[in-house]
Amino acid sequence: MSALTGTGALVRLILRRDRVVMPAWILLVALVPLGTASGTAALYPTDEARQGYIDDLSRSSLLILFYGRTPTPDLGSLIFWRSASGMVILGLIGLLTVIRHTRVEEEAGRRELVGSAAVGRYADLTAALVATSGAFLVLAVLVALGMASQRTPVPGAVAMGLAWAAAGILFAAVGAVVAQLSQSAAAARGLGIAVLAAAFAVRAVGDVAAQQGSGPSWLSWVPPLGWAYQVRAYDGDRWWVLGMAAVLAVALSGVAFRLAARRDLGAGLLAPRLGPAVAAPSLRTPLALAWRLHRGTLYAWTAGFVVYGLLIGGIADAAGDLVGDNQQLRAVMERLGGQSALSDVFIASSLGISALIVSAYAISAALRMRVEEAGLRSEPVLVAGASRLGWAGSHVVFALLGPVVAMAASGLTAGVVYGLSTGDVGRQVPRVLWGALVQLPAIWVLAALTVAVFGLRPRLAPAVGWLALVICLLVGQVGAALRLSQSLLDVSPFTHIPHAPGGAVPMTPLVVLTGLAVALVLVGLIGFRRRDIPVT
Amino acid sequence: MDDAVVVSDLRKSFGETVALDGLDLNVAQGEVHGFLGPNGAGKTTTIRVLLGLLRADGGTVRLLGGDPWRDSVSLHRRLAYVPGDVTLWPNLTGGEVIDLLGRLRGGLNPRRRADLLERFDLDPRKKGRAYSKGNRQKVGLVAALACDVELFVLDEPTSGLDPLMEDVFRQVIREEAKKEGRTVLLSSHILSEVEALCDRVSIIRRGRTVETGTLESLRHLTRISITADVARLPDGLAGLSGVHDLQVQDHHVQLQVESTELDLVLRQLTACGVRSLTSRPPTLEELFLRQYDGAQPVQAP
Repeated sequence: MSALTGTGALVRLILRRDRVVMPAWILLVALVPLGTASGTAALYPTDEARQGYIDDLSRSSLLILFYGRTPTPDLGSLIFWRSASGMVILGLIGLLTVIRHTRVEEEAGRRELVGSAAVGRYADLTAALVATSGAFLVLAVLVALGMASQRTPVPGAVAMGLAWAAAGILFAAVGAVVAQLSQSAAAARGLGIAVLAAAFAVRAVGDVAAQQGSGPSWLSWVPPLGWAYQVRAYDGDRWWVLGMAAVLAVALSGVAFRLAARRDLGAGLLAPRLGPAVAAPSLRTPLALAWRLHRGTLYAWTAGFVVYGLLIGGIADAAGDLVGDNQQLRAVMERLGGQSALSDVFIASSLGISALIVSAYAISAALRMRVEEAGLRSEPVLVAGASRLGWAGSHVVFALLGPVVAMAASGLTAGVVYGLSTGDVGRQVPRVLWGALVQLPAIWVLAALTVAVFGLRPRLAPAVGWLALVICLLVGQVGAALRLSQSLLDVSPFTHIPHAPGGAVPMTPLVVLTGLAVALVLVGLIGFRRRDIPVT
Repeated sequence: MDDAVVVSDLRKSFGETVALDGLDLNVAQGEVHGFLGPNGAGKTTTIRVLLGLLRADGGTVRLLGGDPWRDSVSLHRRLAYVPGDVTLWPNLTGGEVIDLLGRLRGGLNPRRRADLLERFDLDPRKKGRAYSKGNRQKVGLVAALACDVELFVLDEPTSGLDPLMEDVFRQVIREEAKKEGRTVLLSSHILSEVEALCDRVSIIRRGRTVETGTLESLRHLTRISITADVARLPDGLAGLSGVHDLQVQDHHVQLQVESTELDLVLRQLTACGVRSLTSRPPTLEELFLRQYDGAQPVQAP
């Protein structure tokens, strides 16, 4: 039996388990360049218009941080540049997918079961890498087809598809390495995300240096993320960078295999640490337990939104200038934001996007109850004298108040940074903070919907929660472009959130949405009190 | 004194699947009660109804004098529960879980906590994800047994424990039940464990109680094994009613006899000049197998 026996069967197992998730993200990601291309072509029809747009943007170092060095005015090149920050998401997908099919399986004990069958030593790691890389190559084909359909040159389209696939596959290989290091999937994820964040930061500094013509511009070439940017699709199509990426992916995978060969099943290379033998005196209520379970995620999200707020606040002033003399864009922006200043529009719409992201946190916090129940960890607590309401309520607290913390973090930092750049901190902080908090009722509705379904039909809770968020994302991001009818747009609670700062804030929709959220939470709690536990 | 657990005609279905079909169970105060049945017979469902986690479809359930669904919180403070598959939070240590569950229940006995940790040879500093199956089970056992409660509900509590720890478990249960007068409901597959610990047992099959009583009384209803060496071969044994599985080889006789016919068989044997004789009551395993002998397998849902 070779070390790879059974790989084919395990690849099929991965495809079977991810049969919904994988096609869903591939399609969603493939739509991004398509949407960006048609939107950009409409707003900037000529090379001159596009050059003006690029010139405006290249004044802001913060935009270079996100998007990398400025492109040529060619439409394809501009699209590759504009959607480059999406490669971070692809890296994240690659990382998480491989960890999910290696270390998570091992931690759950399923790897042991599979491994006892006629399956080679390296079959599971190989299968995870093959399936994930295959998904990214399918994405590459779709992206290339999509870009080619926008009448951009075919070689550039292919280079762009492959650059995106390279970002994903390189981080899939990083995922394979970190999955060998730690015993816990959570630690592997944290390690991988730290690598991703570091790669992003290093590349960003390098690109800013290159743009300004001074500083450590070689940092742009630090792999893995930098290379995907350096492919420069439609702007020279550097195929050799793709070749280097392929070599690196193979090398990283090789490292993962070497590490896998040196460790035991279930073990990691980093030794697990011991914890306290006695619980802290405060760990005595369901709420204290919920805090232990939620706090790590809450810290991470809050930190992320502090950074996001810094970026919003930092870019906002430049965003006001950016529109410059492009009449068409100015008209669009003013239509979006009414009479208010363009910076306000930028801040309000950025806060709207952060609200959608925070909703993902709120839904996952609510779904923690489901995870606990399905993992049979709710039973011991409920049988040890915790009331059902007390147990559920302590998780609901995080689903509802966690978003307040995260939104306040991004609003506060954005307000301070924007206020510093305009010289009126005292005025901007409350305005921007209010703009962030105004989003909360819509986030609460999504969290509360998840709680309600958890109380009534627990098995459906994850599907309903995430589907609701996807619908809101689609309505918010492409609804207007697709000219959906108002009644369809109204389905999303975010449609009813007023634009702030800069617009009038009518209280009625906020009160109605909050009331709806309260009602949904009550339905969920009552349902949970009356139903059987555990529903597995 | 009221019984600790009174269940009569309990019914519970999950959709089309009937899990409990008129189950009866009585556990007296201060006894160790064995709860036996094959996989899927409804043991865990019964326990979850007793714990107020599942709502009964029909029948009556009383636990420590209360209604387990309505009075769940106040009843839970008076009992401790160990599930057959203890799952822990990956980022909490075993010690933290033991303390948390104990405090939720209203406090645990620190001396007994330390004593149990030592006897079960458990390191409380490890994170939940680092424990093996057996050690997770020990965390559940220490968390429950360190509490001063009236009733222990144990659902296959020793699954995954090694024989040494199994023995520690038996000692601890004996101390708790016999010295402290606590009531124990012990669902188990391990018949030797039930035999060693339980005063009375209930055997269930497909959601119904099929036998209940003391081990003695259950044995009384059934056959005794006899092995004897005799001087000359008896001839009347095969004809006796109540004699089963008779095997005669040279001077060696082996048979099973219903307890009501024992006297007759012994007289036959002594008439043939007994050189040696052993008689053995049926093991619980034999009782159990006989109960299920010929029973159809439980339909999977």
